[in-house]
Amino acid sequence: MAIIPLEDGLLLATALFVLGFAGLVVRRNIIYVLMSVEIMLNAAGLAFVVAGSRWGQPDGQIMFLVILTMAAAEVAVGLALVLRFYRQFQTLDVDAADTMRERA
Amino acid sequence: MDRALWLLPALPLAGFLILALAGRGLPRAAASVIGVGSVASSAIVAILLAARFITSPPEGHAVVQPLWTFFDLPQLRVEAALRLDALSVVMVLVVTVVGALIHLYSTAYMRDDAGYARFFAYMNLFVAAMLTLVLADDLFFLFLGWEGVGLCSYLLIGFWYDDPKNGQAASKAFLVTRIGDVFLAIGMFLLVSEFGTLHIATLLERAPQVWAAGSGIALAAALLLLGGALGKSGQLPLQVWLPDAMAGPTPVSALIHAATMVTAGVYLIARMNGIFILAPTAQTVIALVGAATLLLAGACALAQRDIKRVLAYSTISQIGYMFLALGVGAWSAALFHFFTHALFKALLFMAAGAIIVALHHEQDMFHMGGLRKRLPLVFWTFLVGAISLSALPLIGAGFYSKDMILFEAGTSQLGSPALWVAGVIGAFITALYTFRMIFLVFFGAEKHEVHGGTSPAMAVPLVVLAVATTLAGLLELPRTLGHQPRFSHFMEHTLPAAVLREASVRTELLVQIASGGIVLVGVLTACGLWLRPSPIVRALSGSRAARLLEAGWGFDWLYARIIAGPYTTFARVNAGDALDGASTGVVRLAEGIAAGLRMLQNGRLRWYAAAAGAGTILAIYLVVYA
Repeated sequence: MAIIPLEDGLLLATALFVLGFAGLVVRRNIIYVLMSVEIMLNAAGLAFVVAGSRWGQPDGQIMFLVILTMAAAEVAVGLALVLRFYRQFQTLDVDAADTMRERA
Repeated sequence: MDRALWLLPALPLAGFLILALAGRGLPRAAASVIGVGSVASSAIVAILLAARFITSPPEGHAVVQPLWTFFDLPQLRVEAALRLDALSVVMVLVVTVVGALIHLYSTAYMRDDAGYARFFAYMNLFVAAMLTLVLADDLFFLFLGWEGVGLCSYLLIGFWYDDPKNGQAASKAFLVTRIGDVFLAIGMFLLVSEFGTLHIATLLERAPQVWAAGSGIALAAALLLLGGALGKSGQLPLQVWLPDAMAGPTPVSALIHAATMVTAGVYLIARMNGIFILAPTAQTVIALVGAATLLLAGACALAQRDIKRVLAYSTISQIGYMFLALGVGAWSAALFHFFTHALFKALLFMAAGAIIVALHHEQDMFHMGGLRKRLPLVFWTFLVGAISLSALPLIGAGFYSKDMILFEAGTSQLGSPALWVAGVIGAFITALYTFRMIFLVFFGAEKHEVHGGTSPAMAVPLVVLAVATTLAGLLELPRTLGHQPRFSHFMEHTLPAAVLREASVRTELLVQIASGGIVLVGVLTACGLWLRPSPIVRALSGSRAARLLEAGWGFDWLYARIIAGPYTTFARVNAGDALDGASTGVVRLAEGIAAGLRMLQNGRLRWYAAAAGAGTILAIYLVVYA
């Protein structure tokens, strides 16, 4: 089994993270925003796994499991919020939720 | 008995405290009992004290009761003490007895008013302050009462505060009299710096030793005291507040703006007579102010439509007579006219109030008429007051007091024939406007529905004062009519007698016949002009001159132009100056920063995420590369 070099793995993680961040900033549909957050979490998890394999330590994979659990919890809360959001605004556009802004 | 002196101001003050603290919860009957009872019991104490004072004069012709010390400094010691002498006996009797009658009258006049207890609370406070003023042994204590009556005047003119006009009239009265009070305060500072005391008797004793007669400093002190007196007594040029003060309830006009407070200036000058004697120029100024005021205000009274405003201008004019008397050194004549004026003017105001109530608060004389048969009691009492006011010969107290003033104005060393002529012309005008009132209100056709009769609480004070007004003249009979100078004899230990140049009985008789004749001519002229519609009156009414007189010679207009106008313009311009810029600049800066920061809080979730990301990148950059 060929060992993937650390730099390549980290570059992939960075690329995933940037993609996720770009999606978070650009997307207006709240489902896609949540998905972008998931991508960013997974990018972080990938960085842990790559680093763990580089030093032959299990800590990276344990960290990934923690992130996975946390992501599951986050999605559960996030989807509940999305449901409430849709009930409230009859849309999935995040920009509709601007009622707490300063009105000029 | 003399120990009871402190009760005089304390009783009304206690009445005020009870009514002010518990007035809302008290039933009307209880409020009346406390309000009237406190002043009436004060009047009883005053009568007992006065009786004792007259029957067995105390040593030094004054009773002094020390109360407490205000403050004790190395340079100045001010004590609160009450002093009862001939001058304050007269003042106290008028304030308490006339005051008690007016309080009794008020129970009927204010019967349906929502602020019943509040009214009596203010009135009691006024009586307490006025008694402090006249009994004070020290100018500082006197000033306390002086400002106290000013405050009560303000509160009572603006008693019906629902109407902004009444509030404006109250503020006007307060501010204009305050101008005079500033002069009085400066005068007191001058006296403190010169003598190191404000104790009146000490001042009067030491002034002739320290100051030469006619010296500049004595003149300055006299003029400063005069300034205070002018404001309080509504004399030229500070007379503008008094006609507007009629916005208050009629009993207030009777008590404060006719009988008592407005004569505080006369009292002050009479009390400080030793200072004024040292400044003959100031006395001449007083006489000239008095003569000018009595003529100008009398002329204004001729053109008023509102019955209370006629009486207000008449009050200014009559106080002008008192100032004329003070100015020529006829001290006790001034006080005698104060005494009779308090009686007949309170009577006239209360009678006018009874008319106003009967006509549903109609005050325009041209809407009255023919009331002689509908309100007979009011007619007869008003007539008695009018006879006294117009100084109709022999009947009515006004004749005796005014005649004393006119005679001494013409013959005293400080007097002159010109002042006498001014007084006689004033007497003619007085007769004219007084009987104009009588004819317009009580004669002619009925124009207004009359509502009810005169209630007993109104009738009793009217009758009592009508009798008192008729008999008061007996206190001072001139030499031509039996020579019984009881009043001036009573005053002689407190007030110096007038120094007369020529005082033959023949002259006095001639003077009396002349002024009496002029008054009769005035009454007959009024009869010709106003008893029936007359073409002269019709031609004059609405003319430019009549409008000028109705507006009080345009003093209000003049003051608005030369004082109030420039002042408000200056204030408006000054509002935007550089100093102000510094403080407004801070405000502007804070507002600008707030506006910038507010733009960040735009409510966009994606914007916040981007900002958080950018912040993270910046933080990493700083940690790694910096």
